[in-house]
Amino acid sequence: MPAALVCLDRVDKSFNNGVTALQGVSLTLAAHEFITLLGPSGCGKSTVLRLVAGLDAPSAGRVESPAAGGAGAADTAYVFQEPTLMPWASLFDNVWLPLRLAGMSRRDAAEPVRAVLHTVGLSDFESAYPGELSGGMKMRASIARALVTRPRLLLMDEPFAALDEITRQKLNPDLLDWWRAQQLAALFVTHSVFEAVFLSQRVLVMGPRPGRIVAELAIDAPYPRSAEFRVSSAYAQACRALSLALESAQAGSDVASR
Amino acid sequence: MNERLLPAVTFIALLLGWELLVRLAHIPHYTLPAPSLVLKTLVDNFGSFVPSWWFTVKITFLSLALACIGGVLIAALFALSRRLEIALFPLAVVLQVTPVVAIAPLILIYVQSTTAALLLCTWIVAFFPILANTLVGLRSADPHLRDLFRLYRATPLQRLKLLLVPSALPYFIAGLKIAGGLSLIAAVTAEMVAGAAGKETGLASRIFEASFRTDTPKMFAGLALLAATGVLIFWAFNALSRRLLGRWHASQRD
Repeated sequence: MPAALVCLDRVDKSFNNGVTALQGVSLTLAAHEFITLLGPSGCGKSTVLRLVAGLDAPSAGRVESPAAGGAGAADTAYVFQEPTLMPWASLFDNVWLPLRLAGMSRRDAAEPVRAVLHTVGLSDFESAYPGELSGGMKMRASIARALVTRPRLLLMDEPFAALDEITRQKLNPDLLDWWRAQQLAALFVTHSVFEAVFLSQRVLVMGPRPGRIVAELAIDAPYPRSAEFRVSSAYAQACRALSLALESAQAGSDVASR
Repeated sequence: MNERLLPAVTFIALLLGWELLVRLAHIPHYTLPAPSLVLKTLVDNFGSFVPSWWFTVKITFLSLALACIGGVLIAALFALSRRLEIALFPLAVVLQVTPVVAIAPLILIYVQSTTAALLLCTWIVAFFPILANTLVGLRSADPHLRDLFRLYRATPLQRLKLLLVPSALPYFIAGLKIAGGLSLIAAVTAEMVAGAAGKETGLASRIFEASFRTDTPKMFAGLALLAATGVLIFWAFNALSRRLLGRWHASQRD
């Protein structure tokens, strides 16, 4: 097992309004690993990502990650549920942004930007504006912007939740291709059992109020995973196990909150 | 009919109706001059109108420019410091809600130069829409984009240039459109209160003079010139807005 890239050790997070978002969350993410956090909305999945990205600080416990440690921001990329592109800038300029903030000129950035736009299949759209693109294309652009710095860690917060099922089914295997090609470690957040099973090596199931990890399941199927994987019995079994874990996590918290 | 021609056709029809009404009903020109007479008056008095027009335009645009600088600077300060905004914003509101006609006589007492007094009056009216809109604009930057700029360790200058200014631009322009029209109104109003003092005077003074002599056609000529100037300002800022926001902002899509 390679060294851990991200390590959360008994992390609590409470907000000023008194809400306890996370309690005793521990997890490790190895380099090149793909982990998914699965849970109902409001269980603190996004909070975990924000802690790992160094955008928030834990109330208790320890967070180790490339971004939280301050080792260098370019090592970490973040993809939000919305594409979060700058509407006033062309696709090229949007993808250029992380390099530009690191001081790279437009000319020097041209090669990496065009390469990553090619990877996500948007070569013909570098001068288009976000408003002129479909939802799926905008999300591809958003991922291109995340990949352009060649990060070691990719954080994704329900990136495909707002897309239609057909677009999502196309983007899932594409994402796996990019993850493998760039040798990333990925921490993926979703509330879709199917997406979690299709993408990940390990799935951590979270329960709400307070957010905590209640179950863990390894998905041993080899990569590349194709459409055939979606109809295999291993896939069905994993989905069933995760659905049950999710149900008992919610049932437990419903009892606890009474 | 072509929708672009519709306003022009309406306008010409109105003028024709007006002309016909005056001629057929034999309305005396000191009551209501026909458009043709207004035009003739305008041409005959061109020599006295042009410097006055220029003076009014100068006051309007100079104070609008100062309002842009002041409004944007104050908005930036407020955006940086919530406490500063809480402390000072009510003051800006007081300035805004007090009618400029009522403040003008006071300012004329305090400020020696009439031109400076007119500038100040107009500035007070024009700066508020720019301040209020720019402030909202600076605050409207997408919170996730803000996170992204933090994640990538953007410098404050990069954040200002690449995130805050573009986010605020549509709001600033909306404020500019309002302030453009208002500053012309304020420039004329303030001059009306000031009266025709000093060497340089604007269109308001021409209209006042004509009114004293019951020279109705000349009053109409001055009004027509003012209206045309207002429409030009409106057009100019709409064109600027299209140019700056044209391709990306929802307000400019058909």
